[in-house]
Amino acid sequence: MKGSILHQVFTVIGIVLFSSIICYFFTDILGYRSVALILLMETSLIAMFFDVVPVVIAATLSALIWNFWFIPPRFTFHITYSEDLLLFLMYFFIALVNGLLTVKIRQAEAKARDKEEKELTIGLYNTLLNSLSHELRTPIATILGTVDTLKDENNSISKEQKVELFQGIELASLRLNQQVENLLNMSRLESGSLKLSMDWVDITEWSHHLLSKFSSEANQRDIQLEIGDNLPLVLLDIGILEQMVSNLIRNALQYTPSTVPIYLKVFVVNDQLELVVSDEGPGFPIDLIPFVFDKFYRLPNSNSGGTGLGLSIVKGYVEAYGGTITLRNMENGCEFLIRIPVVTSYLNYIKNE
Amino acid sequence: MSRYTVLIIDDEVAIQKLLKIALESQEYTVIQAFSGREGLALAASYLPDVILLDIGLPDLNGHEILAHLHDWYTKSIIMLSVQNAELDMVKALDMGAMDYLTKPFRTGELMARIRSAIRRNATDQMKSNWTFQDLNLDLTARLLKKNNQVIKLTQTEFNLLVLFAKNEGRVLTHQQILKEIWGVGSQLETQYLRVYVGTLRKKIEDNPNLPKHIITENGIGYRFQG
Repeated sequence: MKGSILHQVFTVIGIVLFSSIICYFFTDILGYRSVALILLMETSLIAMFFDVVPVVIAATLSALIWNFWFIPPRFTFHITYSEDLLLFLMYFFIALVNGLLTVKIRQAEAKARDKEEKELTIGLYNTLLNSLSHELRTPIATILGTVDTLKDENNSISKEQKVELFQGIELASLRLNQQVENLLNMSRLESGSLKLSMDWVDITEWSHHLLSKFSSEANQRDIQLEIGDNLPLVLLDIGILEQMVSNLIRNALQYTPSTVPIYLKVFVVNDQLELVVSDEGPGFPIDLIPFVFDKFYRLPNSNSGGTGLGLSIVKGYVEAYGGTITLRNMENGCEFLIRIPVVTSYLNYIKNE
Repeated sequence: MSRYTVLIIDDEVAIQKLLKIALESQEYTVIQAFSGREGLALAASYLPDVILLDIGLPDLNGHEILAHLHDWYTKSIIMLSVQNAELDMVKALDMGAMDYLTKPFRTGELMARIRSAIRRNATDQMKSNWTFQDLNLDLTARLLKKNNQVIKLTQTEFNLLVLFAKNEGRVLTHQQILKEIWGVGSQLETQYLRVYVGTLRKKIEDNPNLPKHIITENGIGYRFQG
């Protein structure tokens, strides 16, 4: 049970008082000794849901109430019969022990849960370290190896081979840069330090610009843009938006055959920005779709390259915007659909001056 | 002496070495400073044509150095920054830096920016006729021609284009532009700026969706390229 200790204390006092009053009216039928058992049961129940301080208070209070209201002579703390005195002391003791034991069990459970979570985190970190050491070391190995080859004066590398080697260094560096970017983004999302810096964005211009960037990077892969007419200005963090869409496009580029066309569709519908990245590739195994946004998850048998971070970052960003992302298989290929609520401005279609 | 001088203020030895070789291969004279104070001293004694200033130095931060340079250095400062530092860059640009590059940057891009900075140093801000490839801007007649065809601009569009022209190659922040065109204290938001840039692009760009003159710098402002 959550809530401040003070709040909990008032709650248990309320519960004890309320049930005591109910019992009070039925004392004649129940007999005052069975009232003790009812209150004892109640203290045990309270122990299951509240912290230790409220539980002790509930135990003490119900013992006192039982003494004051129920043990004859009523409305005094005086106890006439020695067996009632014994019963009162035992009641108090059992209520306390009961309460404390339950609290202890709950603490042990919490500890076990913590441990389990920790192990899960360690497991995730191991996955990360494994894929990282591969993902970061492969390009580094490429760079170092190439540099060694180029430095060796006794080799007979042709000019064409040299060009190829330099391209290898370039690609490896870009790949390293991308991985570092992903890691930084992930840690930003995880630490909760992600702050959206909103600014008005001309989404039409941005879409064209993004694709022109990819056309130089993506080696003539066909990425087609489909964009709504007269889109409004939208208030967005453009850097984050760009990373979301870039990750999806990069994903499509990496995991579909190079002949397969990729589409980016951009629409604004009812103050929602809709971004669709789709491809006519093989699609996703239907039973694995629920897992693709999980951190470090990679489809079985997927080719090397990738840490399983890209899509989980996209999801993290979309959620930071209060939006949704879905993946579904199409007749041919698959489709990622992002929907983000946005503030729009149609000022750009008002004739100025 | 046609050699231009570039001062690099950066504490990263590897970056310094790379930039020195790259710049010297293009016939620039290179001066290196590995700390902010050293950089300020060298800037004062050499008055370099271009200063490449890393934003994160161990002794003085980039903004402090800009504040020092502001009073007496009138040539071009190009900031070197890391990713996701838009706010730092906006502040640096507002403090007089002319341009910025985000590490890791490509050498070709750096060389283009330096050439543009040097061209800008030599540009006469008061001239009344500006030509940029297909565009010709005549301030006296308040006339814009694209491929020798007169283009009708509104008052604001024309003022905006003049501001861009006079700052060719320079990154202008949203606030700098708003202040310059609509005046100090203007309550206009950047959405108005986007609207005017949009209409201006439709008139002067061959393909307004892929502009080659007015380039958007995300989260920062605009850069006009001749």
